[in-house]
Amino acid sequence: METIEKIKQQIAEHPILLYMKGSPKLPSCGFSSQASQVLMACGQPFAYVDILQNPDIRAELPKYADWPTFPQLWIEGELVGGCDIIMEMYQQGELQQIISDVAARHPAPSE
Amino acid sequence: MSSHTVTTAVAQRIEATLQQALPCDYLELVNESHLHGRGELDSHYKLTLVSEQFTGLSRIARHRLLNQLLAAELAGPLHALALHLYSPSEWQQRQQLAPASPACRGGSKAP
Repeated sequence: METIEKIKQQIAEHPILLYMKGSPKLPSCGFSSQASQVLMACGQPFAYVDILQNPDIRAELPKYADWPTFPQLWIEGELVGGCDIIMEMYQQGELQQIISDVAARHPAPSE
Repeated sequence: MSSHTVTTAVAQRIEATLQQALPCDYLELVNESHLHGRGELDSHYKLTLVSEQFTGLSRIARHRLLNQLLAAELAGPLHALALHLYSPSEWQQRQQLAPASPACRGGSKAP
């Protein structure tokens, strides 16, 4: 499958999706670590893609997303932002609200 | 000279670009490369910017504006640029404080 098709499919299939360096349990970057920690703190299941294991996605996604860096949080097919935005939304209580609303709309676990 | 002092070429270019392109009330660029074990002096920065132009713009639109202005730097040795972008009224509400950046996980690359 073309990389871009793979990306589109991942984004379409997972209502809460984090592209990150490493995994939530073993993050390889401070920004990815912080982003996955606050997502976990929201208490709902989410999908992730380790871009260090997927160099094709690492190369293509920034162009597709018009976003140069990782992590990237995608919710219901839309790019929400990177670490700074995720943290700010969490500190303001917005992220928790959005995540629980999305989880309620998609009751089956995404991964 | 402290490692926080903005004297590197990258920092000077970022500041010059922003001062030309974006009228801002407050601009602080901190070199945080010392927090990251890559042995590079110009890899990690944190930028706090307060501008009237951000009023009414979504978070993602603010970041995209900065990513665009600084595309040349982001394509170079700059590895991470944390962005904290506020309108003047948000900045007042935050009592003029930007959040701290995470330290590196350090595991991804040996120097």
